Amino acid sequence: MISFRRVRALIVKEVKQITRDPSSLLIAGVLPLVLLFIFGYAVSLDSEHVPIGVVIEQPSAEANDFASAFSGSPYFDVSLGTDARAMERQLVTGGLRGVVTLRADFAQRLDQPGAIAPVQVITDGSSPQVASFVENYARGAWASWQLQRRYESGATSGGPLITVEPRIWFNPAGVSRYFLVPGAISIIMTLVGALLTALVIAREWERGTMEALLASPVTRIEMLLGKVIPYYALGLLSFIGCVAVAIFLFHVPLRGSFGALLLLTSIFLLGALGLGLTISAATRNQFLASQAALNAAFLPAFMLSGFLFEIRSMPGWIQAITHVLPARYFVGGLQTIFLAGDVWPVLWPKLGALALMATLLLALTAKNLVRRLDA
Amino acid sequence: MNARIIALVRKEFLALVRDKRSRMILIMPPLMQLVIFAFAITLEVKNNTLTIFNEDNGAHSAELINRLTHIGAFSELRYAFDGAAMQADIDGQSSLVALHIPSDFSARLERHEPVAVQAIVDGRRSNSGQIALGYLNQIIVAYGAELVPASVRRGAAGSEIVVRHWFNPNLRYLWFTIPALTMILTTLITMIVTALSVARERELGTFDQLLVSPLSPGQILLGKAIPAYLVAIAEGSVIVIVGTLIYGVPFRGSLLLFYLSLSSYLISLVGIGLFISSLCKTQQQAILGVFSFLLPAILLSGYATPVDNMPRWLQFATLTNPMRHFFVVAKGEFLKALEPAAVWASTWPMLLIAAFTLTAAYWLFRHKLD
Repeated sequence: MISFRRVRALIVKEVKQITRDPSSLLIAGVLPLVLLFIFGYAVSLDSEHVPIGVVIEQPSAEANDFASAFSGSPYFDVSLGTDARAMERQLVTGGLRGVVTLRADFAQRLDQPGAIAPVQVITDGSSPQVASFVENYARGAWASWQLQRRYESGATSGGPLITVEPRIWFNPAGVSRYFLVPGAISIIMTLVGALLTALVIAREWERGTMEALLASPVTRIEMLLGKVIPYYALGLLSFIGCVAVAIFLFHVPLRGSFGALLLLTSIFLLGALGLGLTISAATRNQFLASQAALNAAFLPAFMLSGFLFEIRSMPGWIQAITHVLPARYFVGGLQTIFLAGDVWPVLWPKLGALALMATLLLALTAKNLVRRLDA
Repeated sequence: MNARIIALVRKEFLALVRDKRSRMILIMPPLMQLVIFAFAITLEVKNNTLTIFNEDNGAHSAELINRLTHIGAFSELRYAFDGAAMQADIDGQSSLVALHIPSDFSARLERHEPVAVQAIVDGRRSNSGQIALGYLNQIIVAYGAELVPASVRRGAAGSEIVVRHWFNPNLRYLWFTIPALTMILTTLITMIVTALSVARERELGTFDQLLVSPLSPGQILLGKAIPAYLVAIAEGSVIVIVGTLIYGVPFRGSLLLFYLSLSSYLISLVGIGLFISSLCKTQQQAILGVFSFLLPAILLSGYATPVDNMPRWLQFATLTNPMRHFFVVAKGEFLKALEPAAVWASTWPMLLIAAFTLTAAYWLFRHKLD
């Protein structure tokens, strides 16, 4: 039998503890907003102002024409030069991410039948993401320059025979922030949920107040409810704060309904709180609990949820691990609700997986809340 | 005097190693990082699904689809037989990209008339989608170019583009990840050991015992700093050894320069860690303090996404982040054999940060004692 009077008493106690200890409010209030702010601005997959060097050993109309594809682009900050070696040295020291070189005989070879005029691109491979961006841009710029030349020389009658008309649904301008911010909210909620609760039971053991609770007639379920309900409410509040920042500061479109957001988040939060409580009950030590929360909740969520790194590109066995991470379903679900809307065929399986995990974790917590001192 | 510090260092080590669960904390993170996360970090695009909605019955669309099956970005093809099915594939995230080939595709190509195919990308993964689209585009445009009669193609000027990636010719992410992991792991360990040790002693009351001992505040700080430094160096070395010997990541630079720079980095972290722990009364606050430093530091280091992609004002802000400076050296020494002058250019900012944070920590420490 659950005594609601006792549960309420526990909730009142927990709420007092939350309001009197600034750190809980810090975790649920300040931390998520600061993190979202940093995630929103610092994490971006859109390259802009990449510093590159363009070397024209011998100025000519053709060489300048080609180079203008780079200097006119908002993606690059171009340093022009004539000395390839000096530019390439800056690849080592980190001043430049790529060097495009047109040799002295570039124009001459272009005019000479049978000769090949090479465009050389060297990138700083120590940042693979930027390097492939420079490569892809350079290849694209080269291809359209080739086409332009053919067109001007009258060799072909207009553009290419087959063209691809791309349309990016849900995100026409392809702004990475629109899917990274919902992803970041998932990571932040994983952290907040697990961190908030990882510390609470461990704290009771460390301070000796657990003995006092054990001596009371409170049952396991009541204790679980007394812990889950206040932190669930706190987590939900910080989620709403995050959503407001996403919409009003980062202008992420919210195409789905607020109800769907709340449903998804509620189920996710129960799992996250369950994970934190499980850790807390198992370690009985704040230091270890926080470390475990970091290693079991935050890092896997950050690395393996598909928020930033593509799950499909990972080795198969790591892909298998990602299936047991609640964050994986939460990231995908939030991205869908924000950008695509309430697409229930996508959301139901995710909700189901999250509900299953929440049930398992809460059951595990209830089991671990052993009412004994020597366990 | 030295004997006292040594005794304190020994005590700190015992406190770390004695407890079985604390030992796990020292062993588990490096293991997880090396075994799982090292392989998870990749921004490559592969193994995706491509939906094809082909309304054309001709030979050209069949040939084009055949060619599209050989792109690494897509390992699976799905066929949609109407527009609604194509839309459902994108909405339902079954496919990253959907390609719509119009009914007059082959007929127009036979007549050498230009024709457009429509590609729809899932904007929830717009970055990967655009990269994958780039691969599709190359193949499709190349196929179109082949169909232009040779008589018309003649006269196109000969040029070629040669792309080479220095330091990492095949752009393997592991080569980028291992230097980053070396940095992140040493950071994690240093922060945990320094920030939490003072707070824990304060909470358990053993800090008062330290204070009544003949140790000076400076000696107590040193006694807290040295174990953190040693453990971090040891774990960093494990990653360097495993990364180079087992994962085959090259280490082209000088180990001496690497360790000197790593030491400067760790000293700046020790300062931050001790500063946080002197501010905090409880472990919980210290944990939060560490986290409030760690996460922004990692995100602003250029490891998650490049510093180049950040807004300008934020790029300036990253200069106060020691991790950003050390990341340059870590990558540089592993892959580029960065020369001493360049290492120094990234090391002196860390020393400056170290001088600042250590002074602040010492001041706060003394201030609190009085």
